[in-house]
Formats: sequence, C-alpha cells, structure tokens
Amino acid sequence: MTAHSLRIGFIPLIDAASTIIAADKGFAAAEGLEIDLVREVSWSNVRDKLNLGLFDAAHILAPVAIASSLGLGHIKVPIVAPFTLNMNGNAITVSPGLYAEIVREIDGTARDPLTTARALARVCAARRNRAMEPVTLGMTFPYSTHNYQLRFWMAAGGVDPDEDVRLVVLPPPYMVDSLASGQVDGFCVGAPWNAVAVDRGIGWILHFGPDILKRAAEKVLAVRQQWAEANPDVLSRLIRAHRAAADFIDDAGNHDEVAAILARPDRVNADAQIIKAVLAGRLVMAKGGSPREQRDYMLFGRDAADRPDPSQATWLYAQMVRWGQTTATPDGLRAAQATFRPDLYDAAIGTTTVARSSIGAFVGPAIEGDDIAAYLAAFPAFAKRA
Amino acid sequence: MGTEPSPKIVIVDENPVRAAILEDGLREAGFSRVEHIREMQNLLARIYALDPDVIVIDLENPSRDVLEQMFQVSRAVRRPIAMFVDQSDTDSIRESVDAGVSAYIVDGLKKERMRAILDLCISRFNAFSKLQDELERTKSALEDRKIIDRAKGMLMKLKGLSEEEAYVLLRSTAMREKKKIGDIAQSIITAAELLK
Repeated sequence: MTAHSLRIGFIPLIDAASTIIAADKGFAAAEGLEIDLVREVSWSNVRDKLNLGLFDAAHILAPVAIASSLGLGHIKVPIVAPFTLNMNGNAITVSPGLYAEIVREIDGTARDPLTTARALARVCAARRNRAMEPVTLGMTFPYSTHNYQLRFWMAAGGVDPDEDVRLVVLPPPYMVDSLASGQVDGFCVGAPWNAVAVDRGIGWILHFGPDILKRAAEKVLAVRQQWAEANPDVLSRLIRAHRAAADFIDDAGNHDEVAAILARPDRVNADAQIIKAVLAGRLVMAKGGSPREQRDYMLFGRDAADRPDPSQATWLYAQMVRWGQTTATPDGLRAAQATFRPDLYDAAIGTTTVARSSIGAFVGPAIEGDDIAAYLAAFPAFAKRA
Repeated sequence: MGTEPSPKIVIVDENPVRAAILEDGLREAGFSRVEHIREMQNLLARIYALDPDVIVIDLENPSRDVLEQMFQVSRAVRRPIAMFVDQSDTDSIRESVDAGVSAYIVDGLKKERMRAILDLCISRFNAFSKLQDELERTKSALEDRKIIDRAKGMLMKLKGLSEEEAYVLLRSTAMREKKKIGDIAQSIITAAELLK
C-alpha cells in the first residue's frame, strides 16, 4: 500500500501535540498516511491555506473553524472539525504590577475568578479616575477562545471589555516579550507561554482556563467540508491516527518522549521541562512558588475530550453574538454546530455511547438546547459610556 | 492616474530589501504615497498614525493576525478594514498566498485600483523570491565547486589520475547512481574522513 500524503498546517503550541505525535511517532504511518507538517506563523495563514486547499488539514482555533463556516471576517468556506485536538490549556497571566493593583483592590481570595474580576473592575475605575492608561490585555485572535475567555471573566466582574480595558491581538510567541516590555499588562494565551512568562519572572498566572470554564474546546483538527466528503476513507484514517496519538500523550509514562518531540526547533521549539509540566498540569503560578496541580489543565483524549461536541460550538457562537461579531440567526447557529462533527469521529473510531458534559462556566446559566437568546439575557449588556 | 489623489499605501515587512523592491514598484506605477513599517512593536498604533488606505503585509509576518483585529468594530479600531478578497475571486487570494503577500483595504477605495496594487505586489514579491532563489543557487553552486575540487584532488592523489580523468570519474559515477556530482564529491570527502 502506498502511503497517502497529507499536508497539515500547525502553529507551534503544545496543543498541536496530537497532530505532531501522529506524524512523528508513527501513528499516521500505521494508518497508511504520510504527514507533511508545515509550521505556520499566524492563524490567518493557517486559515487561508486550509481554505485554498494548500493544506489538507490544519490545527486551528475552534472559533476560527466556525467563523470560516459562517464567513465571518473572511470568505465563507465550510469547515468541519472531526476531532477535537484538546480542551482547555489556556491561562490568564498578569504582570507583577497589575497583580499588585488587583490585590490592592481585592475583597476575598485571588483564587476565585469572580473576586478577581470585580477587583479588576475597581482597578479600571481607579486608573480612569487618575487619567491613567487603561489596562491593556493581549489575546491571540478576534475569533479565539482566549478573546472569549478573557471577556467572559472580566464581564462577570462588571468590566466592559470594549470600554474599560484595551484588548489587543498579539501572536503567541510575542506575548511574553510584550508583557516584559510593558506593552501589555496581561494576556490570555495557550501553553507554553504562561509558564514561560512565570519562568522568566515577569508574569503571575492569575487563573487557569478551567477556573473560568471547566471544559472548553480549544483547537480542532479542521478540514474543508468538501474535502471530507471527497476523502472519507483518508479522513477516517487521519482521525484514528489522532486518536492513537492522543492516547499516547495521555499516558504519563510517555511524557518524557512527548516533551522531547514537541521541544524540537521545527515543532513547538520550547523547553522540554516546561512542556512536561504542562502535560502533567503542574504549573508554578509565580516564580519561586510551589506548583498548582490541575488535572484538567489540558485534556487531549481523556474523558472523551477529543470527540467533537456541538454544544461547544453553541457556546462559542453565543459568545460571537454576545460581543457583536455576528447577529444570531437560526441558520447561523446551525452552521456553527455543523462545524463540529461527532458523526465523522464515531464512524472512524466506532464510538457508540457518549457521556455529555457541560462547559461548566464559573458564572451564569448553561445554554438550554439552542436557546441562545435566553442564555444571553442572563448577561446584562453594558451601557455605552459617553 | 486621473485627478484622484494617490491612495496611501503602508508596507508592513521586516525585510528591508523586499520592502524597497515593492516601494520602488509602487512609485514607478504612480503610487506616490508609500510608507514602510519595519518595527512590529505597537503595530496598530503605528498604522493608525499613518492612516493608510491600503496595508500590504508579507505572509511570513506573525503580525498578520494583529491586522485581523482591525476588522472588528471596537474602540481600538478607528477605520474598519477588510482583507482584499472577492467572494467570487479565489484566484486572487491564491495568487497572493502563493507569492507570500496579503493586502488589506480600508473602506472607500475602488476595486479596480486595489486590483492594480495587489497585482503589482504579487509580481514584485515573486521577483524578490526569484532573486533570492538565484542567490541561493549561486551560493550552493560555489559550495559545490569547492567540494568537487577537493574530491578531485583526493582522487588524483589516491588513484594517480589527471584532473580531467578525476572529473570524468566523478561525473560518470554521478550519472550511474542518478545523483548530483556535488553529492558524490561530498560522499568521497566523508568516506575519506571516516577512513583517516
């Protein structure tokens, strides 16, 4: 059998692990696939090259896949996600300066996201009263989990993300330097960048992603819908190779090897020790401190995290609506949900029973079925300031 | 160009040579207002200070994602922009992605003028890649020649061949093994080092 060759684009982040391990550890070859991994520098590039067919598949932000299917911010190309590469993995990191400001205003423990969000609201007010620059926070892309998680967190404490702070897009590899240079006061980004900031002594991890949302789809393996329909067998093999890779990554006994592969310059190009700490969910929150353990810091195949869950798409679509990126329509919601394809996953893996689990946000109700309007009504809109 | 004022074009590129090639091309074509941003720090603030009608960025630039923020309507963004794409015209995106360049348009500019700018960017980016390829080829040809000369010298010494005969031996071996003559020369050098 001659191997079927596939070009897959990725951004150097630990959550590309399943794709990288599938390619580098022989799981793809075992399915008769030869993966040519292409390291990219921007989500825009990954999206454009996937949409144009220069990539067969891609490691991409879950909301970018949805935005592409909806035609938001770019041409409309229906994308499907037959495999969730990971859930969680993000964190909110702030500069020591902003951390001190939050602690000055805090009424309770900094472990509680509602408490820190309320403190942030007072920091913003204090800065405004003293005519100081607003708090500036970095995130990775307008259609990113980082954007939505930051907004969800701060809005709960009464911070209007569009008025009270300045949200700026920064490419992940620039996050740490931008924090060091004072260009931003904090950021929400994926691994390994929060741990890198702590390691350099210029950032404090304020919250792990699961503090905000217990289970949040992060990156997906994305292909064009048209390609999925034309290549069902190859797609099934690709899903199975990813499934095997995710199992391999989840086994703590393999963490040394996984970290060594991901650390390579042509892969994630990060310190193997930091990668291992991320895989184990044991991260130091501030330089010199003891690590905090969070079993679900980043989920690959464990707890059915890799099976696409359309309710995750519903949540992401609701955030797009909440922050004015799109207007809610029944067709839009259906297109967003149809991006996540558990049926393709099941066909490849042979899954039959599925335990559904909720997103588990730290505030607000869950979305009941498709009722986005009722869900959003629970979050009061911010009054426009003059 | 008619009586319309020339649109202001900002080139975002960390490569000064490529940016200069593009800037020259745009000026030759009559676009007199061209600015170049090399520093990616505070990119949005720099762009707003220049207030361009068109932004051109190379695809190897991670800051491309920063520009995508400008599509969003928020306080941080004064004039919304869009990537220059036509829903009906994927060829233009493909051409520009192949060339390694992307163009963003600030509302108000006519599509035909934008198309002319994009075409020029694509051809100049392609010209730059060709230049770089040629440079690489010249460099590797020089490298090859040095290696071949060393291998020739070894063959002459070890087998008592003339320079001409040593070269013929290298060439015929390369042809027989369907390899490049430089690769055969390199393997002779490697083998000689191992056998030292």
